Amino acid sequence: MKKDLICIACPLGCRLTARWLNESAIEITGNRCPRGEEYGREEVVEPKRVVTATVRLKSGFLKRLPVTTKRPVPKDKIAALLNRLYTIELSAPVIRGEVVLDMADDGVQVLSSRTVKK
Amino acid sequence: MNTAEFDTLVIGGGASGMAAALSAAEEGWKVVIVEREEFLGGILHQCIHNGFGLHYFKEELTGPEYAERFSDMVESSKITVYLNMTIMDIMKEGDGLTVYGLSMDPGMVRFKVRAVVFANGCRERNRGNIGIPGTRPSGVFTAGLAQRLVNLEGFVPGKECVIVGSGDIGLIMARRMSWIGANVKAVVEIQPNPAGLTRNIVQCLNDFDIPLYLSHVVGKIKGKERVEGVEVIPLENGIQQPEKMFSLECDTLLLAVGLVPDNELARKIGVELNQETGGPVVDSRLMTAIEGVFACGNLLHVHDLVDFVTEESSRCGKFVSEFLIGKRPEKQYRTNPGKNVKYIVPNYYEGARENVFYMRTLIVKNNAILSVKVKGTEIYRKKLRHIQPSEMIQFSLKEEDFKLIKDKGVMEVSIE
Ligand SMILES: Cc1cc2nc3c(=O)[nH]c(=O)nc-3n(C[C@H](O)[C@H](O)[C@H](O)COP(=O)(O)OP(=O)(O)OC[C@H]3O[C@@H](n4cnc5c(N)ncnc54)[C@H](O)[C@@H]3O)c2cc1C
Ligand code: SF4
Repeated sequence: MKKDLICIACPLGCRLTARWLNESAIEITGNRCPRGEEYGREEVVEPKRVVTATVRLKSGFLKRLPVTTKRPVPKDKIAALLNRLYTIELSAPVIRGEVVLDMADDGVQVLSSRTVKK
Repeated sequence: MNTAEFDTLVIGGGASGMAAALSAAEEGWKVVIVEREEFLGGILHQCIHNGFGLHYFKEELTGPEYAERFSDMVESSKITVYLNMTIMDIMKEGDGLTVYGLSMDPGMVRFKVRAVVFANGCRERNRGNIGIPGTRPSGVFTAGLAQRLVNLEGFVPGKECVIVGSGDIGLIMARRMSWIGANVKAVVEIQPNPAGLTRNIVQCLNDFDIPLYLSHVVGKIKGKERVEGVEVIPLENGIQQPEKMFSLECDTLLLAVGLVPDNELARKIGVELNQETGGPVVDSRLMTAIEGVFACGNLLHVHDLVDFVTEESSRCGKFVSEFLIGKRPEKQYRTNPGKNVKYIVPNYYEGARENVFYMRTLIVKNNAILSVKVKGTEIYRKKLRHIQPSEMIQFSLKEEDFKLIKDKGVMEVSIE
């Protein structure tokens, strides 16, 4: 069995092929770098995405704070994550990299993408 | 009116302006950045998605994170920054240039400088540029404007949405709209190939089962007060097939029909424009035909990767520095787009140093060959695994590469 994929780990978009050598061994070809191999394997086993969104912010400067998940999140957890994010409201100051939501049970952390001083 | 003197003034504090300013300031020059918005970073702040910085920082950042890494560097440098100030005019005066910036506070400022870097980015094409017929109801936005409204203002443009054009902004907005709970009905693209990066097709459309209609056009917008729907017409061999027309109901239409360098100011000072890119014609050192006036970033040609913007603009800062110490290229020769090449930047090369080129192809192909010829003699050849018009191609020629030719002249770059 084989499956054609497109690597989304970087904008080069290498065309990958995943081949099942047996039940559990998967061979990835077409990747230009090791990240592609990792992506390809994960995409056929448990696809994940980085989720970026904004949350409400009380600041004299900006109404929405851009946020990003620290790591890619399993696709089936994205909807619940977004719902949580849309209920959050933060106040400045916020620092880039600060944790704005920690869903420890799911291993999901959301970080601020931007520093807003006031 | 206040007057201020600097060695170099950079118009625009986006990714390109910051990189150019930093690299010129590194050489010890007095540099000023003038930015129209309240903050540095430009378009990056509305690009809240990830995908920035893999080449430059070797990690994947969001737009705001990438911007902040650079604005932090600018803050800790000696560069002077004027925010909330718009450059209104620029003119040649004596040996140098005079530039006028306008802001609420301190009002109009006259800058006397020796070099200017145009780094003021690009703007979006709109409905007028593509001529969609029909009524003029509310609910029609350019995709970049919608992105700005959603990501910076928290404004939701609509619930049911059709996107015209498959450029990256359109694709990114398809996902963004889906994630804020809107229903994206379709992306309609006139060309037979998607205009955006492949990875964005995968993660912004396929992930949400959003159909992409290639070789289709939006024939008409329906609705009086508010958009109620659009008529979509398939093309066959470039000809509209009205009998196969179908309608999509929607309350919002996003136009992602391309970007063009914001060349208004550059035109004002009489810079020659490149028809293919919409940006200025520049020499091998990214200088326009006007002495001391440089260009880089999306103002020079629209980039899809910010990393390339940074690379090009840092180089531009170094060229400015060379200009300021009085170094001039010996002799320069034209670079021309050959077969299957849409454009190549810069428009000139010189033989006595490394030259970096950016170009776009007209075709989609696997295992293509890029070939560079000077007066018919091939001096460089590169295998490209996959090419398409939306993905910019970069290559560089070293000094040795030019040693192969005795008789320098026009260079032609082609792709087979
Ligand atoms: C929607 C979108 C999505 C993108 N997605 C990605 C991606 O996923 N990955 C990636 O690597 N790249 C991406 N890019 C490309 C990359 O981010 C941009 O090409 C890059 O940030 C452009 O930088 P710039 O400095 O040339 O332009 P800009 O960021 O537009 O900066 C120009 C600046 O000039 C200022 N200005 C304009 N006129 C004046 C004036 N008269 N006086 C003073 N200031 C002025 C503007 O306010 C602005 O701040 C994307 C681009 C866009 C538009
Ligand atoms: S394989 Fe490597 S180079 Fe290719 S798209 Fe994936 S991350 Fe990028």
